[in-house]
Amino acid sequence: MATAAATTNAGAGATQVIRTGAGSRYVIYTLLILFCLYYLLPLYVMVVNSLKPLSEIQAGGMMALPDALTFAPWASAWSSAQVGVEATGLRPYFLNSILMVVPAVAISTVLGALNGYVLTKWRFRGDTIVFGLLLFGCFIPFQMVLIPMARMLGLMGIAGTVPGLIFVHLVYGIGFSTLYFRNYYQQFPTELVRAAMIDGAGFFTIFRRIMLPSSGPIAVVCVIWQFTNIWNDFLFGASFSDFDSQPMTVALNNLVQSSTGVKEYNVHFAGAIMAALPTLLVYIVAGRFFVRGLMAGSVKG
Amino acid sequence: MGFLDIKKATKTYGTVRVLHETDISVEEGEFLVLVGPSGCGKSTLLNMIAGLEDVTSGEIAIRGRRMNDVRPAERNIAMVFQSYALYPNMNVAQNMAFGLEMHGVPKAERDKAVSEVAELLQITQLLNRKPGQLSGGQRQRVAMGRALVRQPDVFLFDEPLSNLDAKLRVDMRTEIKKLHQKLKTTIVYVTHDQIEALTLSTRIAVMFGGYVQQLGTPKEIYDNPANMFVAGFMGSPSMNLFPAKVGMENGEAVARISLHDGETATLPFASGNAMAVHDGREIVLGIRPEAITDEDGADRNSKAIHKLESAVEVTEPAGSDTFVVTQLGGKEVTARFRADVEVKPGDRFPFAVNMEKAVAFDPETEMRISG
Ligand SMILES: Nc1ncnc2c1ncn2[C@@H]1O[C@H](COP(=O)(O)OP(=O)(O)OP(=O)(O)O)[C@@H](O)[C@H]1O
Ligand SMILES: [Mg+2]
Repeated sequence: MATAAATTNAGAGATQVIRTGAGSRYVIYTLLILFCLYYLLPLYVMVVNSLKPLSEIQAGGMMALPDALTFAPWASAWSSAQVGVEATGLRPYFLNSILMVVPAVAISTVLGALNGYVLTKWRFRGDTIVFGLLLFGCFIPFQMVLIPMARMLGLMGIAGTVPGLIFVHLVYGIGFSTLYFRNYYQQFPTELVRAAMIDGAGFFTIFRRIMLPSSGPIAVVCVIWQFTNIWNDFLFGASFSDFDSQPMTVALNNLVQSSTGVKEYNVHFAGAIMAALPTLLVYIVAGRFFVRGLMAGSVKG
Repeated sequence: MGFLDIKKATKTYGTVRVLHETDISVEEGEFLVLVGPSGCGKSTLLNMIAGLEDVTSGEIAIRGRRMNDVRPAERNIAMVFQSYALYPNMNVAQNMAFGLEMHGVPKAERDKAVSEVAELLQITQLLNRKPGQLSGGQRQRVAMGRALVRQPDVFLFDEPLSNLDAKLRVDMRTEIKKLHQKLKTTIVYVTHDQIEALTLSTRIAVMFGGYVQQLGTPKEIYDNPANMFVAGFMGSPSMNLFPAKVGMENGEAVARISLHDGETATLPFASGNAMAVHDGREIVLGIRPEAITDEDGADRNSKAIHKLESAVEVTEPAGSDTFVVTQLGGKEVTARFRADVEVKPGDRFPFAVNMEKAVAFDPETEMRISG
């Protein structure tokens, strides 16, 4: 429905522009297209150069389309390029990232939803202080917690492992996801919860049957936010992982650094696209809900 | 002991007491209305009965069972909320069946109960719709249906009609009344609309400032208000309250009322000489508009119609009646004339006062003076 409204709005806007004059419309579109090109240029450079043999890049044709189209750089980046000391390609690290990001996003979103539910519908003495502390957690600079966190992970026996990274991202993620869900649930009518209580539903039944089915938009916002942040994180990945638990971002850095002799730019480009692809995909799949969710929040609250 | 007993119940938020010691005993099948202005504690009391708010002190019992620490779901009550509170993700049938499902009623029985109630409320054709696809009046019905399928001991209504437009509100009011007469369940109903209170209830609790000001049948509340607040709050237009002084004339207790032009009108009390003990006392006299009429419109069964002449200030024709405003004791007083009486602002006009319906209050305590 929101999309329908948006398109009709856009339509109305367009007809108005036509009335004010076709000339201004062309100016606007030309400008928009120019901006579009400007923003797409880096992507173009990456894609084009990841499909060329290295010799073509070295010949100085960064902007040109490939003469001899090749997928070898992609294959190399994926499975055989030198990353650090081993020539494994990015594949194992890509898997590490997936293994890290999926549970971290899922758990932090569910816990955020539960926290938001409790903080708005099952209020208790001191709940605002608890929420305040959670919010405070969002804004502690990453660098400040590096050493205490390393010590914690060591004590918990998960230092240098993927579960350790999941834990770190959970700790940071819950603050944000709680913030999102709390603000969303604040608008959620409390009378519905009370009605369900009288109907005989318990704490978790109300959460599952009444709250969650109405939480789609904010869940999408939360998932996209968490996914992007955790996937793109470099600092925690570099600080808390071992060789066999490094996430994609760290591996990409190692790939670029560890090439001996000639820099294989085409392989680097291919690897960089691989690292960016999942977030891109999440945006494309869930992006329209993202805008919708943000708007729903802003209109109501 | 009644069916629903509220014994010395109080409610305190932090240091603020929003409900003072309250005692109400509701019989089975009664329709109790809690009425009062905004913020008087009606919803708080209702939520305490429902178990949605804790009882600070005192006790709430249903069928003789103490309910203070019983969860809402186990009190066998159902509630209709002001916003209807229909679950937006479920259709009408699922909404209505949810409570039964939570109480472990098998699917077949649930379906049967839902279709019976849907028939009763004439919402069968809506069963597959989502709440978002219903009009306000339909939502209201569904909310009632959801309460009805549970067959609870007590129904609780929190301003169920306040979101409807004026006409629909009157229709639904009649419908709720019919439903109560048919099903004879015990109902506690919150409203701030005194007309709703008078038309629906078998008993009314008028609340103000966290106190129950008066508890009684609609007739008791209307004819014998316990204090000036109840007198002014119940009835529309509200009861005229104006200062007067008790005096004696020919051995009879009378009320002396100063008129606009400095003269004094004298109206004998109908209650014989019960008021004589108050000789010389300043009082507030309360007379409802329908007890101040034109001469021909006066109640023929009353033995205490007295005339007084006063200047008409404003006339407000209202179709079936004309409300005439004059001044008595320095206060504006509304009288109810028949519609076809010729009366103009500025006229001096004879008003007929039915002293059988007059009540007296103490101006200091605002409480009723017997007499
Ligand atoms: N959670 C709370 N904390 C503090 N005070 C509260 C709380 N809930 C209600 N109150 C106060 O209690 C009083 C009674 O509230 P209540 O909701 O019972 O009023 P009401 O009679 O239902 O009014 P309305 O007609 O506006 O619904 C009000 O003064 C309100 O401010
Ligand atoms: Mg209320």
